[in-house]
Amino acid sequence: MLRILHQIFRTGVVTEPLPEEIKAELDEVGCHLEKAIRQRFHRSLVIREVDAGSCNGCELEIIAMNNPVYNCERYGIQFTASPRFADMLLVTGPVSVNMEIALKRTYDATPNPKMVVAVGDCGCTGGIFGESYASLGAVANVIPVDAHIPGCPPTPVQLLLGILQLIKIRL
Amino acid sequence: MSATVNSLRDIILSHFGSSAVLCSGTYPPCIPQILVPREQFEDVGWLMKDAGARLAAEWGVDETLLGRQFAVLACFAREGEYILLRCNIPLEDPTFPSLSKKHTPAFRFERQIMSLMGLTPTGHSHSDLRPWIKHEDWPADAWPLRKSFDAAQRMPRVAGEYRWVRAEGEGVYEIPVGPVHAGIIEPGHFRFQAMGEDILNLEERLGYTHKGIEKRFEQLSWVEGARLAGRVSGDSTVAHALTYCRALETLSGTNIAPRAAWLRAIMLERERIANHLGDIGAIANDVGFAFFQFQFMRLKEHLLRGNQQLFGHRYLMDRVVPGGISADLQADGAAAIELELANLQTEFEHLVTIYDLNASLDDRLRSTGLLTAETARELGTVGYVARASGQGLDCRIQAPFSPYDQIQPRMVVLNSCDVHARAWVRIEEIRDSIRLLRGLLATLPHGEILIPLADVPPDSSSLAAVEGWRGEIVYWLQSGLQGEINRCAIRDPSSVNWLALEQAVHNNIVPDFPVCNKSFNQSYSGNDL
Ligand code: SF4
Repeated sequence: MLRILHQIFRTGVVTEPLPEEIKAELDEVGCHLEKAIRQRFHRSLVIREVDAGSCNGCELEIIAMNNPVYNCERYGIQFTASPRFADMLLVTGPVSVNMEIALKRTYDATPNPKMVVAVGDCGCTGGIFGESYASLGAVANVIPVDAHIPGCPPTPVQLLLGILQLIKIRL
Repeated sequence: MSATVNSLRDIILSHFGSSAVLCSGTYPPCIPQILVPREQFEDVGWLMKDAGARLAAEWGVDETLLGRQFAVLACFAREGEYILLRCNIPLEDPTFPSLSKKHTPAFRFERQIMSLMGLTPTGHSHSDLRPWIKHEDWPADAWPLRKSFDAAQRMPRVAGEYRWVRAEGEGVYEIPVGPVHAGIIEPGHFRFQAMGEDILNLEERLGYTHKGIEKRFEQLSWVEGARLAGRVSGDSTVAHALTYCRALETLSGTNIAPRAAWLRAIMLERERIANHLGDIGAIANDVGFAFFQFQFMRLKEHLLRGNQQLFGHRYLMDRVVPGGISADLQADGAAAIELELANLQTEFEHLVTIYDLNASLDDRLRSTGLLTAETARELGTVGYVARASGQGLDCRIQAPFSPYDQIQPRMVVLNSCDVHARAWVRIEEIRDSIRLLRGLLATLPHGEILIPLADVPPDSSSLAAVEGWRGEIVYWLQSGLQGEINRCAIRDPSSVNWLALEQAVHNNIVPDFPVCNKSFNQSYSGNDL
């Protein structure tokens, strides 16, 4: 136990100031975000992530948003296991035919008002997998989408910015 | 007992005599492809079993555009020796003798061949011919891997029901989970039969992320194919792209520059370290130690940022390309990696000490999720799953390609067969990969990184196997009459290792399933294709 505590103190806070070029923009959006989250979401924006057929690359970066360097919880962003508690769905992948029904059910289970973000080149357009017998392509082909975050995969910073911008627009 | 071990090829040729035909146009020459009569295909099953070979992969191919009919190919491996056995199948009778009686992995391979290629195994063990990957709401006669199937079509949904394995009795209950899981992970469905806290049976049903990848390859150029291979399983982008490129370069006779080979190995080892770091943290987190999760995630993040700085992408996507690599290490890159490795090693060893001395972790991880050595062998498992259960399998060592023939990796084999072993194999492999990276940097050749891809000959095929961080990945490529992609068959480690998870959770308590699953951490996308 002492070792664990020692390591925690030794590590300190590693959450980093974001790279200069986006810091100004993020600070501005972050300020709106805090306001928005306080007013509209009682201080916490709850997200349900849905992998609708991705290669798992996008999930790696969504998980990385939670790591101590990006630490998305400091903005009030939390991930939930149930769509019934969610304000926002973060959907990755080209939507596979085999996930279509599950995605629609998850969408229906999310209470209104809800926001849907299509993540990654695949979520935005179908990416390299395109549309086929097995892939329905973009998330917007299956459920209504409010915002897109392209990238293969989008980095944690791009994800944060995309989410913050959507909220700013919605306010 | 004779001291000489016959090669797999000799065993087949001496058994079949003149009825076996050595195929031409198959590469590399050290991996022969042998045609045997369809009626006797089952013989190869027991012959290979007796020889101690495992069934690494089995797939179907539609050769109608090559002026032939269907075929089924089985790839067997014994240490570093690979062999392909095929039987031809007429269009009017699309059946083949099953290998599942002797080789358990055939169980799912053949269900998949039947579901996607429409070739029916006869004498399949348990007569389990339920569709696999193909869900029950697809039309029964939709066989996407056949050339006659239009890849662009929208299939109608039909009524159908999946027949689950059932357990009955007083106090037995069922827990269905998924496809949308609680965490930020890929989709799949697990069905548990449990009594009290104990898991009696687990049945997996996958296929949710099936995106038609193998069919998609057939519409792409060879160069575009490398991008797709790098997206079969995002966490293994280097390993998959590398296996594809190695098969393609063998097929076309392209000899990449030494510097490219070295840098590919550097990328592959970086991918191994990054994923292992994440997994060790996640395993500890699943038994209540969020501390380790955040500490290991931090180390992983540093490595990803290093990738971005050194090669321009956090996961190194599209860095391995046909003919070499697309991003060179800059002059100051080697020094940067040295520094990074020194920091990583200090921090990592510090955490490993805390991990090792933690009695609660030890208590939760030891003897949890046992996969006996016998089961691991029987199921044909690969990668750290196999090595944590006493199986000495690593194709970097057993079937090395440059530079692994010069920089020998250390085989890490443990025998406790539990979650602890699967975590500890990763710890040892991180240590060894750090050592390998240093050796690779010290011997890094100068020169070119990319050469043009030579032409692919028509109607030829090649096989490549690469040890990714999760285990052995196998690609088989076949060209058409114009030298285009006729077939790309992929076997991710997950296609065999998923079966082992079902066995490892027997008699564990339901709350330990997440940590058992984490210790396997298999890919859904790589399995579903
Ligand atoms: S956008 Fe890229 S990382 Fe994300 S699912 Fe598609 S291929 Fe994978």
